[in-house]
Amino acid sequence: MCSLEKRGNLFILTLTGKNVEHRLNPEVLISIISALSRAKAKSTRGSALVTVSHGKFFCNGFDLDWVNATGSKQEAQQRFDYSLDCLTQLVQAFISLPMPTVAAVNGHAAAAGVVIPLCHDYVVMRRDRGVLYVNDLEMGLKIPELYMAFFRAKTSGWALRDLVLRGLKIKGEELLKMGIVDAVYDGEEGVTNAGMKMADDLARRKWDGEVYAEIRKGLYSEFCGMLGIASKAIGTPKL
Amino acid sequence: MCTLEKRGNVFILTFTGEDQHRFNPNLIGSLLSLLSQVKAEATGGSALITQAQGKFFSNGFDLDWAQAAGSEQGAAERLHHMVALFKPVTAALLSLPMPTVAAITGHAAAAGFLLALSHDYLIMRKDRGVLYMSEVDIALTIPDYFNALFREKIGDASVRRDLLLRGLKMKGDEAEKRGVVEAAYGGEAEVREASVRLAENLGKRKWNGEVYAEIRKGLYPQLSAILGLTHKAYTIARL
Repeated sequence: MCSLEKRGNLFILTLTGKNVEHRLNPEVLISIISALSRAKAKSTRGSALVTVSHGKFFCNGFDLDWVNATGSKQEAQQRFDYSLDCLTQLVQAFISLPMPTVAAVNGHAAAAGVVIPLCHDYVVMRRDRGVLYVNDLEMGLKIPELYMAFFRAKTSGWALRDLVLRGLKIKGEELLKMGIVDAVYDGEEGVTNAGMKMADDLARRKWDGEVYAEIRKGLYSEFCGMLGIASKAIGTPKL
Repeated sequence: MCTLEKRGNVFILTFTGEDQHRFNPNLIGSLLSLLSQVKAEATGGSALITQAQGKFFSNGFDLDWAQAAGSEQGAAERLHHMVALFKPVTAALLSLPMPTVAAITGHAAAAGFLLALSHDYLIMRKDRGVLYMSEVDIALTIPDYFNALFREKIGDASVRRDLLLRGLKMKGDEAEKRGVVEAAYGGEAEVREASVRLAENLGKRKWNGEVYAEIRKGLYPQLSAILGLTHKAYTIARL
């Protein structure tokens, strides 16, 4: 599923998911949401979260074995829809987390798995291995409007087209040029350490977590609007 | 005049003749009719190339025809009429169920540039031809759907400013460098070959045309809304 560890001010979320591809099913998704709740409960000014994973995959998407292990196409669709709902709840949890977040992408992230790193504030990725692959078009799937709004919050113009309308498996260097990842590093240790260092540096700014989360939600205003997540006004500035 | 031919899976729309290929109601009508035909004949693996003969891709609306109205008000009405008539052309391209490539072998100005930009991929010459939004130079304001297209397709605000507010005549290598076009090549033949290669490669992915069009519309929500294009609700996955 996942594990949450605290090292000083840093929360380290390790994604293990289901099998080596770290696939997502409702159980996995709910356990990650639960871990984020625990981080939120223990957060203070100066907290930060880094999400890491190990091996060839960061996250290869939904657990389609689970989705399809039913008697009918209708039930399979229900399981898929339920997985998607849980993913949406997880995205909301990341977006409302009262601390800066960094994803250290050690390997492939595909389909629903692409959403996980992208709902972090910063993404660092391996240069030498791993791709982001939005494969909905390849699978003959329309991307839900809510997730189009999500992708539109992260990028625009031709980069957005290349992310979702071209069936591309995009490597770290290219994603860096597109402005979708913030930095690339060699090796799993390289990217994991870089992710932790970045999170530490952000933590040192000692931002008010509640304010941070509200400002972050504003960057996803269309997405939040579609989900009916209101923004709070916090108006007592630290002068 | 414009013609339509098919080479394998690729539809080729050509503005014929050595003139400026200015859009007047007749040409706009032909264009709409041919795009309907392309849509009707689309299959998995289809792609579209729009190209032109001569020195111009298109120099925009037929302002001579507008002025032939005889009065300032008459001219303004005719121009307004063409702006309105052209909207469905943009809508047709935005909802075309296949990848689209504009092979820009000559100048593309004002509505001509808009037509090119309404395609998924732009290929241009390096040695000849400019992209030019002439409106600021000829004291014409920019229609709402033109603005939306530029805003949502071109991510860089300074590029948008240079094109719309500065009347920049952008040559191929600058257009390529600044991300306005996908690629620029040394001459007319190379542009045509590269466009065919790109269209064929995109066609070979055999994407579901309906899904492709829906994802494409999702890239440009404001433009879609202005053009009155509804986004179809998320439907069944091919599991």
